[in-house]
Amino acid sequence: MQIRISNSDGVPIYRQIVNQVKYLVAAGRLSSGDRLLPVRTLAEQLVVNPNTVSRAYRELESAGVITARQGSGAFVSDNGSPLALREKRKLLQQRVDMLLAEADSLGVDVTTVVKLLRDRSRKFNSE
Amino acid sequence: MSETVVEFDRLSRSFGAKRALNEVTLRVERGSVFGLVGENGAGKTTLIRHAIGLLKAKQGSVRVFQLDPVRHPKEVLGRIGYLSEDRDLPDWMTVAQLMRYNQAFYRGWDEAFAEQLREQFELDPKQQVKKLSRGQRARAGLLIALAHRPELLILDEPSSGLDPVVRRDILSAIIRTVADEGRTVLFSSHLLEEVERVADQVAMIHSGRVGLNGPLPEILQEHKRLVLRFGEPQLAEPNLPGAISCQGTGREWTVLCNGGVEELRVAASKCGAEIVDEGTPTLDEIFLARAGSQTDRQGAS
Repeated sequence: MQIRISNSDGVPIYRQIVNQVKYLVAAGRLSSGDRLLPVRTLAEQLVVNPNTVSRAYRELESAGVITARQGSGAFVSDNGSPLALREKRKLLQQRVDMLLAEADSLGVDVTTVVKLLRDRSRKFNSE
Repeated sequence: MSETVVEFDRLSRSFGAKRALNEVTLRVERGSVFGLVGENGAGKTTLIRHAIGLLKAKQGSVRVFQLDPVRHPKEVLGRIGYLSEDRDLPDWMTVAQLMRYNQAFYRGWDEAFAEQLREQFELDPKQQVKKLSRGQRARAGLLIALAHRPELLILDEPSSGLDPVVRRDILSAIIRTVADEGRTVLFSSHLLEEVERVADQVAMIHSGRVGLNGPLPEILQEHKRLVLRFGEPQLAEPNLPGAISCQGTGREWTVLCNGGVEELRVAASKCGAEIVDEGTPTLDEIFLARAGSQTDRQGAS
């Protein structure tokens, strides 16, 4: 469970933790049933206030990403997949936005971009 | 259920004509990491020196563990770990002598823990304190502050002038201290990204007075950074109600406000501007905006 905290991007620290755990689940680097680091351990590792980590875990719990079990810690939920799909789409969406912006600046319309995607996908699958 | 560990009650202090502290009222609760922020000379060190009994309260009062630190130095200081900015250590001692000397002073001294810290900080026991580098000196000071496992750790500008590796040691020590149930940290710093990382309570001090004071998550949440785009280029800083600071040129201006986004939106649209971006400012931005507006006000009066 590798998390990096950046001070420069203006995103509150607890939200950075939430986003990165969601990302790790979406990317399959954390699977359902996996145990998250205890609050104290993660706080010491990231050098952030333990309350900030607790807050991130509470948020992840209410979003259904993790389940806290009394006395034994926090685990990635079983029903992680629908959310993971959402996160995956979100990740791809950023790429799509960039692609569209570039196509636009080159004067290529959306229909052509979609056609190109289909062609490439066909090529991909046949290989 | 919370218990106050340090309490300043309407504490004022003057040095000659200079008012260093002006009616400061603050409470540090058990188990919290309390960050004091302010410019150099704002009064942070004066406040901390009152907490450890180096200064006697003349107006107002100071209580640490419900005791007056000047009248009960033994009871109070034995439970505090303290590291000052100038890291005052006896130069003529070796590291080993420094450790033995402090061991005799503190009842709770944990010899195994002290040795573990010494190794972790790569301090040579035979090295003389005066020959330690700046960073090693800070680490020796930190070792002394931590090894008796104090209930209250007080750090005055602990990071000032240190490289990132030593700064991280200090921040880790803060986290480890507070992660131990019931222990408390009070520290001052002007490195606001560090404060934002480790503190859960923050008080801003300007010219001896307490400005913002509260839980850090709330302070961050209440403030908003808005980018306004005006129909016409603005030649002077737009005067908007509720704005703490306003910076920019031409059509786009960045405004920092404390809540009241809707009022600001209305006021902005009256001046022919719309909000084109909205975000959460960092503690650094909030501090700069507030410090700036304070100076403006003083300049104007």
